[in-house]
Amino acid sequence: MSKVLMKGNEAIAEAAIKAGCRHYFGYPITPQTEIAAYMAKRMPKIGGTFLQAESEISAINMVYGVAGAGFRVMTSSSSPGVSLKQEGISYIAGADLPALIVNVQRGGPGLGGIQPSQSDYFQATKGGGHGDYRLIVYAPASVQEMADYTIKAFDTADKYRMPVMLLADGTMGQMMEPVELPETTVQEIEKPWAVRGTQNKRKHNIINSLYLNPEELERTNIERFEKYKVIEENECLYEEFMMDDAEYCVVAFGIASRISKNAVIEARKQGVKVGLIRPITLWPFPNKVLKQTADKVKGFLSVELSMGQMIEDVRLATECKKPVKLCSRTGGMIPSPEQVLESIINLTKEAK
Amino acid sequence: MYVFKKPNSLTDKPLHYCPGCTHGIIHRLVAEALDELGVEGKTIGVAPVGCAVMAYDYFACDMVEAAHGRAPAVATGLKRAMPDNVIFTYQGDGDLASIGMAETVHAATRNENITIIFVNNAIYGMTGGQMAPTSLPGQVTQTSPYGRDPKTQGLPIKVSEMLSTLDAPYYIERVAVNNVKNVKNAKKAILKAFRNQVEGKGFSLIEVVSTCPTNWGLTPQKALQWVDEKMIPYYPLGVYKDRSADEKGE
Amino acid sequence: MAKVTFNSDLCKGCSLCVEACPKKIIVLAKDKINAKGHSPAEITDQEKCIACAFCATMCPDCVITVEK
Repeated sequence: MSKVLMKGNEAIAEAAIKAGCRHYFGYPITPQTEIAAYMAKRMPKIGGTFLQAESEISAINMVYGVAGAGFRVMTSSSSPGVSLKQEGISYIAGADLPALIVNVQRGGPGLGGIQPSQSDYFQATKGGGHGDYRLIVYAPASVQEMADYTIKAFDTADKYRMPVMLLADGTMGQMMEPVELPETTVQEIEKPWAVRGTQNKRKHNIINSLYLNPEELERTNIERFEKYKVIEENECLYEEFMMDDAEYCVVAFGIASRISKNAVIEARKQGVKVGLIRPITLWPFPNKVLKQTADKVKGFLSVELSMGQMIEDVRLATECKKPVKLCSRTGGMIPSPEQVLESIINLTKEAK
Repeated sequence: MYVFKKPNSLTDKPLHYCPGCTHGIIHRLVAEALDELGVEGKTIGVAPVGCAVMAYDYFACDMVEAAHGRAPAVATGLKRAMPDNVIFTYQGDGDLASIGMAETVHAATRNENITIIFVNNAIYGMTGGQMAPTSLPGQVTQTSPYGRDPKTQGLPIKVSEMLSTLDAPYYIERVAVNNVKNVKNAKKAILKAFRNQVEGKGFSLIEVVSTCPTNWGLTPQKALQWVDEKMIPYYPLGVYKDRSADEKGE
Repeated sequence: MAKVTFNSDLCKGCSLCVEACPKKIIVLAKDKINAKGHSPAEITDQEKCIACAFCATMCPDCVITVEK
């Protein structure tokens, strides 16, 4: 299988098609519009749906409809647009439907900017919409991973009957890298709950998130959280880099992890024993490995493109056993490897 | 021989609507249309938020409960994924003409091949009788306690008239269910709207002028009279758009 | 021979059928209360029924079945 040079956004789109997604609904917003443009070209040629909706709200509700019918379906947007989708995401979670939502983040709050950001971490991992629910959140760090985790996202969404988010950022969406797209054979799993017509052969299926009886709603929520426990056990993904003998641990995901890797390599050259833990799933968050690491290292550095959001989860995971410092830029700015290196050096001075 | 019996496309679940509320008649007309076209087994209905929120329990076909106002978007998704199935939405005036106006207009202008049953009773019923986009000038509701004041609360939206200014939608008709004759006409319109979809014609919306005896503060009989005396003069019944006429001309 | 039957337990006593009947042979029962607590509609004179089904047409709750 040969590699092709692709933009991150295009890799997501083509990978989704490879994963059997034939229905895409979106609304233009920078910096992810290439996904829509790619789908607009490809879907009609393979008998799929591309539809530019009247709003992000409509797009996510079209996703809800297709997901209810049990077909692989996705939407993509960027931060302000993803805020609009939260209502629909909550309904999709409440009705236990599989779907992929891609957020190629830009700076916020409000209209913010169009430069890359990771400041939707809270929104992605702490619910975003109303009610008790979770999303599985994948944070790719290369164009190859944009493709790989798009495919994986469809599989886990189907497996657990829940919405899954791919959380990228403007840099990841726009950068070009060689990528190898696997020839996947999609194995459509049975979806006896889907609404495709009763054919007058069974009782009607209902896709719904309304439970007027509080006991019933509580039970439904508790059952869903039992499922989330299984996901926390089985679906957490992370990468360890130079952690074997590390005395300090950098935690970073997505584009921030790539910058951090360079800084870690440079720090090692200067004799600092530092490594990197890169969460690949932001939920479930790699709590176990961070907790274990807290017993081995002297301190942590959370590197983020935000005012510091993931840092709260790092502190929770490590139970504040060791100092956790922040190195960040926000509003569309990106920390340089030098800034990260300096923060690592400062950490070694503060946490001895 | 049966002259009249409950249609098969309705379940046996007793309706939760208030005594005399004409939602029940409209549900039945939709079910009769599905029965007559023999499409129940391939139909997916989309329920709104509002009094008809639990319509999913009453229609025997597959059902989806949508977020407030989003039924036309949900129906669009369903139809695009399953073009050979029959997809309808059942929405009230708050759902369709207020929070879901964008979804409605754009489904119409795409001539989305779906059927929309739009129940206009000029009030928010489920939440206890607040002003709707279709509440009449001067109409007293919980949120227009001194009567709807056109100066501050505007004038009603005439959905059928407004949508019929669009070029794309295939069929738009306003009917009522306040007497036997009107119910029979409503039945014809609803049947036509579903037949249009089966024939691939496109977007059909039937606006059904309905009642809310409870929140209008009227007996069921008086509510039917109020439809005649107040609603229909403001919301004239009739066909507002029928592109089959254009087709014949071509 | 026209026959009208009422599924009385579903009746909410709204009287829309009473108004619709051209023969004025439907009333709300004065001596009965159904499971919902309403006085259900009933027919007073089956003989006079012409099976027009106006009652069933106006019934919001599918209480009425009409046979001929």
